[in-house]
Parts: sequence; C-alpha cells; structure tokens
Amino acid sequence: MSRFIVRRFLSVIPTLFIIVTLSFFLIRLAPGGPFSGEKKLPPEIMANIMRKYHMDEPLVNQYFRYIGDVLHFDLGPSYRYKDQTVNDLIGNAFPVSILLGTLALGTALVLGTIVGITSALKQNKWQDYAAMSVAVLGISVPAFVVGPILMLIFALKLKWLPTSGWLSSRAGALTLIMPIITLMMPYFAYIARMSRGSLIEVMRSDYVRTARAKGLKEGVVIRKHVLKGAMLPIVTYLGPAFSGIITGSVVVEQIFVIPGIGRIFVQSALNRDYTVIMGDVIVYSIILIAANFVVDILYGLLDPRISYK
Amino acid sequence: MKRVLSGLLLIVMAATLIVSCGGKGPAKGVEFIMNNGAEPQTLDPSKIQGVPEHKIYMALFEGLVGYDPKTSLATPGVAESWTVSPDGTQVTFKLRKTTWSDGVKITAQTVVDSWLRTLDPATASEYAYMAGMVVKGANEYNAGEAGKEAVQIRALDDYTFQVDLLGPMPYAVDMMAHYTFAILPMHVINAKGDDWIKVENIVGNGPFKLAEWKPQESLTVVPNEKYWDAKTVRLSKITFLPIDDNLTAYNKFKAGEVDWAHGIPLSLVDEIKLRPDYQVAPQVATYYYLFNMTRKPFTDIRVRKALTMALDMQELVDKVTKGGQLATSSMVPAMEGYTPAKGPAFNVEEARKLLAEAGFPDGKGFPKTPILYNTSDGHKIIAEWVQESWKKNLNIEVSLVNQEWKTFLDTRSNAHDFDIARAGWVGDYLDPNTFLDMFIIGSGNNDGLYANPEYDALVKKAGTMKAGPERMATLQAAEALLITKDQAVIPFYHYVEQDLIDTTKWDGWFANPLGVHDWKYIGPKN
Repeated sequence: MSRFIVRRFLSVIPTLFIIVTLSFFLIRLAPGGPFSGEKKLPPEIMANIMRKYHMDEPLVNQYFRYIGDVLHFDLGPSYRYKDQTVNDLIGNAFPVSILLGTLALGTALVLGTIVGITSALKQNKWQDYAAMSVAVLGISVPAFVVGPILMLIFALKLKWLPTSGWLSSRAGALTLIMPIITLMMPYFAYIARMSRGSLIEVMRSDYVRTARAKGLKEGVVIRKHVLKGAMLPIVTYLGPAFSGIITGSVVVEQIFVIPGIGRIFVQSALNRDYTVIMGDVIVYSIILIAANFVVDILYGLLDPRISYK
Repeated sequence: MKRVLSGLLLIVMAATLIVSCGGKGPAKGVEFIMNNGAEPQTLDPSKIQGVPEHKIYMALFEGLVGYDPKTSLATPGVAESWTVSPDGTQVTFKLRKTTWSDGVKITAQTVVDSWLRTLDPATASEYAYMAGMVVKGANEYNAGEAGKEAVQIRALDDYTFQVDLLGPMPYAVDMMAHYTFAILPMHVINAKGDDWIKVENIVGNGPFKLAEWKPQESLTVVPNEKYWDAKTVRLSKITFLPIDDNLTAYNKFKAGEVDWAHGIPLSLVDEIKLRPDYQVAPQVATYYYLFNMTRKPFTDIRVRKALTMALDMQELVDKVTKGGQLATSSMVPAMEGYTPAKGPAFNVEEARKLLAEAGFPDGKGFPKTPILYNTSDGHKIIAEWVQESWKKNLNIEVSLVNQEWKTFLDTRSNAHDFDIARAGWVGDYLDPNTFLDMFIIGSGNNDGLYANPEYDALVKKAGTMKAGPERMATLQAAEALLITKDQAVIPFYHYVEQDLIDTTKWDGWFANPLGVHDWKYIGPKN
C-alpha cells in the first residue's frame, strides 16, 4: 500500500510538468496579448513594458525562467492586476472557491442521501416519483438557468436575498444561499439517484434477506446493514465530485459575482493574463490529480477486491 | 453510519446558522456604493489606464488641476492658480500649501519627481505617451533617447512649478487633470518600492483615502481629513464593486444594493430609459466603421461613399440602439469652439448612382464583404442593421464576422486583415485633435491605413497653432477631408454616458462630457 502511494505520488510530478509545458506554449498561440487595447500603445512604450516583464526575450528563455520561478513557488506577476502577484490573486480567491464548494457539496450530500433513502424506501410510490423528478431537473437544468431564475424570484421579486456579492457585502452570509443551491443542484441530484439505486440493490441482497430472516426489526436492518453497504459508491464519488465542484464553479462565480478562482480564470483568459492562466491551470491540475489520488486509495480501503500489490 | 449522518446534520445546522445570522448592521454616516464595472488593474497612477481605475484615482489622488463637475474643464487642484506665457508654450503653476494623508508636505519638487517617475522607461507606464504629447522632452526621456534632464519641467521654488510645452497647446492644462500627470507620494514610493500601493503603505492627497481592498470583491475609501478641501466632502464611505456584467449591476441597482451603476444592459434599454434615475449625457466618443483603404473595392472613393450614404443613422439610434445616442456623419463630436465637419447625408438614390459608377450597378458583382466586429450583443445588432440596410438600399450582401476582443484587436490593428471593421474612440481630452491625429500616416491607431499627406499636413499644422478660431478651422478642414473627400470612415453615432443614479437622492453628480465625476462634490440631498 505505501509503495503504491509513493509510486503514485512520484508519477504526479511528470504529469504536472507536461501540463505546465503544454499550457505555457498553447496560451501564447492565442491571438492578441495582455497589453493590447482599443488604443494601441506607441512602440517605445510597448518596448518598455516588454522589457519590464522579460517578454522581449525568446519564448524558450521565458519558459525556463517561468519553470525556475514555479519551482520556487513563485507564480509570477499578473500582467493585468499590476499591484498583485499571481500568488496573491490565487491566495485570495482559492479559499473562497473552497468554502463555496465545500458548503455546496456538503448540502448536496446531506439532501441527496436523505432524498435517495426516502425514494428507495418508498419505491414506486408518489414520494419516489416526486423525488426522482426533482433529481432529473437538477441534472438537466444548467447553472446558468438555475442561477438567474433564483435571482429573479428571491432577490428581485420577493427581495428576501441579495442579488449577488460575497460575505463582506452588507448582506453578509445571506449571499451564500443562492450560489450554494445553484452549484449543488446537479451533485444533489446525482447523489440522490445513486443512493436510491444502490440502496435498492443492497436491500435485495442475500445478507439483508438473512438479517430480516433472523427477525431483526426493519429499522435496524436499514441502519445497520443496508445503509453501510449502500453508501460505498457515494463515498468514492465524493473525490471526483469535490474536484468537479471546485473547478466547475466558474459559471456560478460569474453569475453571483463571487471573488473565487473560477472568476479569475475566465477573466485571465479573456485578458491574456498569461501568468494568471498558468497559475490557475496548475491549481486546477493539482486539485484534479489529488482528488483522483485520494479516490484510488479509498477504493483500496473500502473494496477488498482491489489490492495494491 | 449514524455518526456520519449526525456529523453531516451538524454541518448543515452550522451552515444554516451562519446563513440566518444575516449581514452586518448599517454603517454610520452616509455610505455610497457604486458599481465600478471591473476590478481595478492597479491603484498606481503611473500605471493605470482604464475608466474603473480613474474613478478610484479621483477619490485617492489629486493632480495640479482637477475636473469641473459640469464642464470637465480644468479646475484648481493642488495648484491654486496658473498662468500661461504670452506665446502659449509655458505654464507656471502656483501650488497651495497642502500635504499627503500622512502629513508630509507636497512641494513643486514632488510634482517634478512624480512626473519623472511616470515617464521613466523602467516604470513602463502605458499612458506616458499622453505626457509626451504636450511636455517638451517627455517623449525623448520615455523612449530612452535622453536622460531625465531633457524633460522641461522645473520647481522654481517650493510652491511654483513650471512646464514647457511642445507648442502653444490650448488643451494642455485641461489634459493635466489626467492621471498621467498625477502627483505621487515619492517619499513612500522611494521607501517601499512597488509595495507602496499596498493598503498598509499607500498615502494619497485626494478627498478620500484607502480603507480596505478585497481584490475581486470590493474596495472601500473613507474621507482624508488632511485633504485641503475636506470641508466639502460629504460622504463618509465609498465602496467600489467590480461587477463587469451590466445586467447583474442593473439588478443590484434595482434591488437598492448600489447607488450608482455605470453602464446599462442593452437588452433592457426600453425598460431602463423610462426610469427617472436613468442619466444620459453626450460623451466625447464616436462609434464608427473603418474601411481598409488598401483593399479592393474599398480603394474606390465611390464605393466608400455609396456604402456610407446608404445608412440612415437616425433610424439606427431611434430603432436599434435606442439609448439616446446622437446620430452623426462627423468623426469629431461637437466641442466648445469647434463645429464638426459634416459628412454626406443619407441618400439612397445618390448611393445607388455612385455604386453603379464604380462598376456595381444594382449591387451586381459586389464581392461578399465581411464586417468584422468584437463579440458583443450591442455590436451584433448594429452589424445586422448595416447588413439589412445595405441589402435593402444597395442590393449587396455582406457577412458578419465576430471575434473575441483580443483576437479582434489583433486582426484589426496588427494584421489589418479586414475589409470593414467596427471601431470606437473615446476622446482623452476636450480637443478635436484627440480624434484626428490617429489617422495620420504611421500612427499606431490608423488601422484602416488611411494615407493622405494633405490631411497629415493640416493636423500637424494645427499642432503648432495658437488657440483660436483659425486653429479650429484648420482641424475642421482636416476632418472634412477624412469624412467627405476621402470617406475613410463611416461615423455612426456619438456615444452617450449611461448611468443609473437617483439624482433626487444624491446631488453633486452631473452628467458631463468626459464622464469624470469628482467625489468631493457628491453627497446626499438635504
């Protein structure tokens, strides 16, 4: 097991290296640059700027300079936000996305399991149909539809919630509600469907039949035997769900003006803020790789059929 | 499992608790919240270049002169008065005795050092060229061709500052309200380097000082008690929000979450223009299409004229843009002392005749031309209107090509790879020159590659003339060449500033030509 972990960890380094190298050169292929605008800068001024950011050097030199900086955990200056480094920008935005993602995933997990269990226990009754209809809606209606609809109803018509913003605004934590609902919808729906399916499967298995045959009360059978077995697939789903919810909050952050990493990512791509795009790519890669890594280990711990020898 | 479930329940309860606690209580005094449209790129006046940054600059800093809240012309700032030499090429400013927010004195030498820092090639200021347009020796220093002693500015004594101009430029003092000519806290910059702009280090000399900056979230300023005119300041706090989506900003305005939103969502213009808090004012800015003057058939003046005359700009502003824009045939908006030249009027018959003369009778044989514009709903509906008008009036087909902003700029301005392209220009100062000098041969902004030595000679001549009707007549002659004889561009309309602010609740806010609003005058109506 520990050998597997070490080997797996070492394989992360070349993966990251390849991602960074490819991204570095791909980004430079996009037309335009960080300093182009409606009013073109005189050549002398452009030369001053290029010199300041070492962009007058050959691209390969810039690449090695960048790799050298990254190895020292320095992601460079932002070309657009001149008072901030990429480390500053990501350092400010990352906790915001993590908080939003964790709250959304936590809510999705709790609500999804409750709905899933109810559906499974009331299989083919109206509760089941109602719950599964909501789940289908949750999966099929995208965030850019859910968000504005919520905003229209709860902020503009009923005026219960602020339209957008984050914790430091006047409305404080009330700003969290709509983004959390919007972001969690597909995950909630997926967890509900998955837990229903897996619960039904487990309820039909031999060991549950045995438990019932022993004369255990239905409540005890569900709590002690069914739930434990049925939750395995959900636990393993949480890894990819977590990385998905963090990297997928781009749309929600745009709609509700949340100062997270997804909003920065979109803006940096439009602004050709090369270093910020790179920094975001690195952070996203690490999250994805780490989540997969954790899931691989979890599989080994939870499923005795998988061994890491 | 029980434990897991109860743990999760706890998380949900905690989250509900956080949520139900709600926001902070109302702040004391008069708080003002504005949507600034974008996260400021920087607060360093030597490096800023956009409208959102300018709005924050207006709170934190003050130059030798400021902007009049109604006319946008120069008003006394750190300089309490100024005199221009008889030949118009030298300005002497008399400074008032004032200090930075940390109490350190501002002297004429501070002004000299500040301007030199902005012009220093190592600062890499994007707007340094603006100083180069008026200050003698500024370009040479900024381009690295001369040392800083080449810049003709000097401190005659502690409170007298003098600058030599490149010529008798009547707009120079008005231009000096711009942040390129900012006065900087050199004592802090020298001590802290690039970190001088951090919240804990920054000092300013404007009516407000920085209190808090949460990047991508909000920026807050509070009154600067050391400001020389602190008694005029009435707001106790201003919060700038960086919302880039006009629809989101409009929703926040409607919900009472912001007091001033700059810009409106175009899709809702019909609803918004009926609102009493919708403010619209002519802006010194022009929306126009560029011809690529090197590509056939646009090398033919008759084709350019025909296409121009087949567009009814009044219809465009009445039925398409609808926000109060001013239909025009001129490149330069009307300004004090300047009557813009007039381009050809809408005339379908004449347009058809010209097109036929150019070899395309009833539009036959006219190549299917792409119109290039940057991706935006507003530009799209205008391009569609142009497409429809040309089809209807001239029987020619054009296609629409949209590109994302930076790609568009690269195609239009660097590669010049277009036939007809959308463009917009906002004046940097109140003088026709800001709209005309970009079309001279070799100018970095001459994207259509217009080349007429006669035009260049007129613009350059005006640059050496003293203020007055003669100079304006020269500029008007140049404009006439551009939009009548040569028709290098098709002017559509002059932009309007579109703002949402309830002026029955707030006063001191006036719609003005440059859209620059001095914060010290804004306050609640009694």
